[in-house]
Order: sequence, then C-alpha cells, then structure tokens
Amino acid sequence: MMNQGMTDKTRDKTSIVNTIWGLFSSVRLAVILIAMIALLSIVGTLIEQGAEPEKNVILFKKIFGDALAPAAYRISESLGFMDMYSSWWFLALLALLATNLIICSLDRLPGIRRIVSKPMEPLKEDGFGHHGINKQFVCNGSLTDIRVKVVTALRQLGFHPSEFALERGVQYYAQKWQHARYAVYVIHLNIIVILVGAVVGIQFGFHGFMKIDEGQTTDTAISRKGEEHHLGFSIRCDDFNVQFYGDTDMPKTYLSFLTVLENGKEMLKTSIEVNRPMSYKGYTFYQASYGPLGEGSGVLVLRVTSKDGKSEVISKNVGDVLNIQGSALEAKIMAFSPALAFNKEEKAYTYTDMLNNPAIYVVFREGRTEKYGGWIFKRYPKSWNIPDGSKLELIDNWGYQYTGIQVRKDPGVWIVYLGCICMTLGLYFAFFLSHKKIWVLLVGDKGKVDIKIAASAHKNRGAFDTSIDKAFGPLRDQIGRDQPAANTKGG
Amino acid sequence: MGNSSVFFGIAEIGYFVAMMVYIAYFVFKGEYLGKGATTVTIVSFLAQTAAFISRWVESYNLGIGRPPLTNLYESLVFFVWCLMLGYLIVEFKYKRRSLGAFVTPLAALALGFVDLTGMSKKIEPLVPALQSNWLLAHVTMSFIAYAAFGLSFAAALMYLIVKTERRNEPAYVFWSVSSSVFFIVIFAMLLDYMNYKVVGESTEGFIKNYLFKTTFRNASSGVAVFSYIVAGIVVFLTWRYGYIIKKAINGFNVSVDFLDELNYKVIAVGFPIFTLGGLICGAVWADQAWGTYWSWDPKETWSLITWLVYAFYLHARYLKGWRGKKVAVVSVVGFITVIFTYLGVNIFLSGLHSYGDMP
Ligand code: HEM
Repeated sequence: MMNQGMTDKTRDKTSIVNTIWGLFSSVRLAVILIAMIALLSIVGTLIEQGAEPEKNVILFKKIFGDALAPAAYRISESLGFMDMYSSWWFLALLALLATNLIICSLDRLPGIRRIVSKPMEPLKEDGFGHHGINKQFVCNGSLTDIRVKVVTALRQLGFHPSEFALERGVQYYAQKWQHARYAVYVIHLNIIVILVGAVVGIQFGFHGFMKIDEGQTTDTAISRKGEEHHLGFSIRCDDFNVQFYGDTDMPKTYLSFLTVLENGKEMLKTSIEVNRPMSYKGYTFYQASYGPLGEGSGVLVLRVTSKDGKSEVISKNVGDVLNIQGSALEAKIMAFSPALAFNKEEKAYTYTDMLNNPAIYVVFREGRTEKYGGWIFKRYPKSWNIPDGSKLELIDNWGYQYTGIQVRKDPGVWIVYLGCICMTLGLYFAFFLSHKKIWVLLVGDKGKVDIKIAASAHKNRGAFDTSIDKAFGPLRDQIGRDQPAANTKGG
Repeated sequence: MGNSSVFFGIAEIGYFVAMMVYIAYFVFKGEYLGKGATTVTIVSFLAQTAAFISRWVESYNLGIGRPPLTNLYESLVFFVWCLMLGYLIVEFKYKRRSLGAFVTPLAALALGFVDLTGMSKKIEPLVPALQSNWLLAHVTMSFIAYAAFGLSFAAALMYLIVKTERRNEPAYVFWSVSSSVFFIVIFAMLLDYMNYKVVGESTEGFIKNYLFKTTFRNASSGVAVFSYIVAGIVVFLTWRYGYIIKKAINGFNVSVDFLDELNYKVIAVGFPIFTLGGLICGAVWADQAWGTYWSWDPKETWSLITWLVYAFYLHARYLKGWRGKKVAVVSVVGFITVIFTYLGVNIFLSGLHSYGDMP
C-alpha cells in the first residue's frame, strides 16, 4: 500500500504484481466489466452506427436540444461513438474482460485441480452428519445381505464404490463427475477462443462486394473501405434469376449461376442462392443483391412452337423480326418491359425497373398486313398462344440484370465456431452435471444393520438428495418396527 | 381460416380465464379455485397445442409446408406455449400454484399484444433470407429460453415481494413500481382494444396511431392528464399497500429459498439454450445468409445485452452481499431486456433484420 514504507524494492514490485493479479482475479471486476459492456452496447444501438451524420444529429437534437446538439455530436464523434464497436475503448474493454477471464481462471485452476485429483477417502465415523446430505436409518437383516443391496443401490446411482472394512461393518465410498468442476473453465476458455477467432478474422480476413453483370467476368471485389481486391481467379455470372411464389411478386429464390475461371480455364460451375453460398480457395460467395442494368442491353431468349408441335429456341433483341415456322406469320419485337402491369383503364405500364414481370410487345404480320399484336409474358403461359395455333414463348431475358455478391475470406470463422461448440458443451456440463460424493457406513448389530449416509454435490443438491432417497428406498422399507427412521439434513 | 384459428380462439380465451381464476385463487385461496385454474390452463394448453399442429398441417395444405415459427405472430404464440408448458411442469413438480398468478398475466399480455396490434395471422410463404433451418432452430430455441426467463421473472418478482419489509427499501420500490407499471400497460392496452377493436394496420402504424390513445395519448389533454394521474395513483397504492400482496403470498407458505432456487434453476435451463439458440444459431444463420456472423446490428446487440445481463446474474450470485434480493432485481431486469430485444428493437430501433419486421 502507499502509506507503507517502500524499503524493499523487490517486495514492492511483487506487491504491485500481486495487486494487479488480485484485481484481475476477482469476480467483482468481471461483474463490473460485463455491466459496462452491456450498458455501452445499449448506447451503440441508440446511436445508429456508421450512419450519415444527419440521422444522429436528429437524435441528438431530441436529447440535448437544438443548441447543444452540434457540440454534443462533435464530442461524441471524436470519442468514437459513431463507430463505437471498433473504437479503441470498446476493444480495450473486451481485452480487459479477456484478461480478467484468463487471470481469474489461472488463479483458481490449481485449487480446482487439487479437488478433482484428490482421491476419495473413507470418512471417519464422526464425519457423518456434517455434509450437505445426511441420512441415517436401521435395517433388519444380516450385514452380508444388506451389503449387496447397498452396493446395488450405489451402482444404480452411477457410482463405482470402493470398500473399506471396519471392525463390525464396512464403509462404501465413491465419487463421480469430479471433472464437471472444470466445466466453468471450459466456458471461460472458449469465450477467449471466440474472441481470438474474431481477431484472426479481422486481421487476416477480407470482406467485400462484387457486382457482376449477366455474362460478364471479373476477378475484383471491392472492400468495405472501397479498395479493389484481386481474388487470384475470376468469376463469371452465367445467369441470374428471381423466382416468385405463384402469381405474386413475393420472391421465392434469388439464383445466380456462376463459373469460376483460372487462367481462362473453367474450374467450377455452380449456382448460389440466399442461405446457400459457394466456397472456392478460402473465399465464400453469398447471394446478396441484384438489380437491372438499364434498357435495351440484353438478349431475349424465345421458343417458337409451330402448329404441328415443332419448336426451336432463338435469341433476339428488341426491334428484331422472326418468322414463325409453318405459318406465314412474321413477328416483330416492338418493346420490352421489365415489369409490366395493366392499370384500371387496361393500359399497360411498367411498375418497377426490377425484372419482376418481364414482357415483350410483339406484332404479328402476314405480308404487309398487321394481324395481331400483344404482350407476351415470361411468367404467364396463357400469353404465349398465337391465335393461329402456334406459340411464342419468352423463356429468358439475358443481360438485363446484375447480381450482387458478398465476398468473404475469414480464416477465423472455424475458430469462432469451435469456441461456440465447446462453450455450449461447457455450459451444459456446468449446469447439469455436478461433482457428487457419497459415503455409506454399515454397522452390523444382532440381525440389524445401522446405515449412515453422507453425501455432497457441488451443484443441485436437492436433486441428488431425492435420487439417493429413491435408490435406498427398498432398503428403508425394511426398517425395524421398533426403530423409527431418522433423516437429518444438515448445513 | 381453418381449425387452427378455432382452437387458438379457445386457447386465447382460456388463458384469460385462467389468469382471472389464478388471481382469484391468489386472493381467496380455496382449493377448488386452484384446481379450477389448473384445469382451465391445461385445457387451454391442449387447445393451443392442437392449434399449433393444425396450423402446421394447414401450411402443408397450402403448399408452403413449414413449422409455424417464422413470423412475429407465430413466434409470440409459441412463446406463450413454451411459457405455459414450463409453468405446468413447475406446478406439477413442486405442487405449487401461487406462481400461476404471476405467469398467466405474461401469457395474457403476449396474446393481448397479438390481437391488439392486429398483426397478420396469415400463413405466408418465406422470402429467401428466411428459408433456413438455422433460423428455425434459432427462433425455436430463443423462445424456449425466453419462456424460461419469463418463469424466472415471475419467481423473482414473487421473491422480491415476500422478501422486502420496508417501503423505503430500494427493492420494495423496484418491485412495486415495476409490477404496477406492468399492470397499467396491460390495462391501458385492454382499453385501447375495447375502444378500437381489432385494428388491421401494421404494428408500427398501430403504435403510432392507436397505442395508449384511449388513455395517456388521448387527443383530449384532459383525459391524458387524468390517465397519468390515475396511473400515478395506482403506482402509489401498489407501493403503499403492497403488504397486502405480500400477505396473500405468505398465505401460501412459499419458502423464499424455493423461489430463489427456482429462479436460479430456470435461468440455468434458459441460459445454455439461449446461448446455443439465441446467439450461436443466429450467428450461423447470419453467416450463411450474409457472410458475417456478427455485425453489431441492433437486434443482435440486444440479444448480446440480454445474454450479458444473465451472465451478470450468474456471476453476481458469487459476490458477497449479492444473494437474494439484488440478484432477483437483475433477473427482473433481464426479462425486461428480453421483451425489449424482441419487441422494442423493432418498434424503437431500426435494424437490418428483415425477420422481425412486423407485417
Ligand atoms: C461474458 C462472459 C462470461 C460468461 C458467459 C461466463 C459464464 C459463466 C457461467 C455460466 C458460470 C457458471 C455459473 C453457475 O454455475 O451458476 C460462470 C462462473 C464463474 N465465472 Fe464466468 N463467465 C463470463 C465471464 C467471466 C469473467 C470475466 C470472469 C473473471 C473473473 C469469470 C469468473 C467466473 C467465476 C469465478 C465463476 C465461478 C466458478 C465456480 O463455480 O467456482 N467469468 N461463468
């Protein structure tokens, strides 16, 4: 302490180390740190993180009033509250918590190891009656009989009892699940593992975004900071599709067909959808978004079926003319709409530039005379029939959309998941298994056996007590009439 | 609408009746009332189970085919189901009914919120981001954990009532204010419900336009001020005459150790489930869908806060002087965090989770 004379330098040093060690090995500090992280996280959800300043200035005006808001905002911004979770002080708090965990565990582990590795020893006779669970009763029967029954009862409880012979009787003792005492350390260690995994991911990982037009190839992703990042291989978007539920515009699947190319060679051909990413060479690709490329840029894939059932697939552009086989008809594609609907006056209009309901307007001519004209929809087969009995179907519109792909490389993610799995196991062991000990003393006395039980559980004693009662129930039923059963439960 | 809504209607009315009978039992004791309350609860629970199953079947008949656990309505209803199952287990295991008077209002509040906000009960197909078994595991386990936390909340509240002696004790003020606010909110919502009937609007719209408009946010400022005064009086009366509730509980001979133990035990069940389901499965889902297992968005952060509050509870039990009352307060705060994580974040904070978006 400060007011003590500092005569011995080395002692002084060790006492500083001791003070720090003492501070970091306390659960009190853990509780304070956990509370601080929780409270600061609340602030982080009130202030929108990484948002445009205006959004938070509005919030600040509500809290501090118009006059103080700009200053309050500037101060909070310089303290890092606008990007709080990566600010130095939030990371420092996490680091303190991790240190706290490590030191606290190191501090306690030797003691726990001693408890776990200490072999069970028989209890002295006066030791009975002073454990968490204490029972005493008398049975009718010979010692040899009762011994068998007691061993059976202990086995039933999951113990493998050792035996200790006495002058007029015997003592059985056993413990189980002593390793459950380590479970809490498994939890704490794995919190560290998870944090390490997160750091590895941030240090050695990459997060970025790729926008690929249908038919295009690229080898670059844009990082979150806006920098270009070369993958070392290329990705081609062969096609992008949205599927809808029935007639509605509710999306069912977003589907990108991709090809991975290395030095111009196709290495992998696959498709991705939301919740079904693809991985290649440490990078994972997630379907993230999509959008239209603007007008007139794509190819229309059509299937023409003649009256006698012959069909062929052809690609055309807006403005092209095609002949319908087996008929004198000639079709001209006049227009394309990405999402066509009809208003109340039956007038066609495009309701969004997303490709929700693609349609082409086609005019059919025989020689010079226009015979029919109408919209042909990709999603509505009824619109494909031509009055003369042949069919014109819009199969696909290609080159009209881009797909947006989230790219990630995170070598830490498996460390995080491993930590999560082990932490969960630790939690189950910590809460549902406990270190249990039991001693049973049998003393024979003229056709009667005096039974004393002492037991302890480092958790959930009540349940252990009940199961002991159950296992020893058949024995207790033999209690001599003249001897009332005694059941004492001590501290 | 199929069978499920009929069964659900029975369950819903049943739970409200059960709440009344449990409270009557709580006040008047009387074995027949207790038996009646348990019977009504079991019948309602069975009806709700039937509703759950037939809704599942209906979704198959509609060609959607998924367990009914994917939107706000279904998840709130599932919460009530888990809560009542957990409660019935506790009631049968420990042969104690008095907790019912504290648990059934939670169920009533959740169901009341469903009806009051008129949220969509339609079986809708899922957008791509939600088509994930990780999400299903995440939602299921989160709500089982929330139900456990709900039980711990009820036990902690009872503990605080029994354990506090003086009106100027912080713990006494805490429980009397928080429980009276809780009942005022239920009651004000009930008034809104009677006033506006079912409102087929979006939940956000409902909150803006209707919630508490009968009372605190009434167009007439006189009514609003009056409501605040009445609410203040209710809080005051609860605080002043809280010993009546205390006496009522004491009449059941519930031991405080039992309540403390129960509080810890249900948290011990809920915490691992919440860790695995609420945090880890949620993170794996986010990872599968978007390529980041953790992005600090408000919903995720509030789940973490909830988790930290319960971690705080578990550790606080090891500190000297933090036994009993103080940790019971933490447990009540924990459940308030749960409610905020689930509803508050959607209502008050914007997030990128499309999942919680109210229809
Ligand atoms: C947020 C992070 C943490 C979590 C989730 C966590 C989780 C747990 C859990 C579940 C238990 C078992 C409680 C019970 O059995 O009732 C526990 C016990 C404990 N924790 Fe933590 N813990 C965390 C952080 C810490 C830190 C930073 C320390 C550092 C001092 C710490 C020290 C302890 C101690 C000493 C115990 C009691 C061990 C015993 O039973 O002997 N914990 N923790």
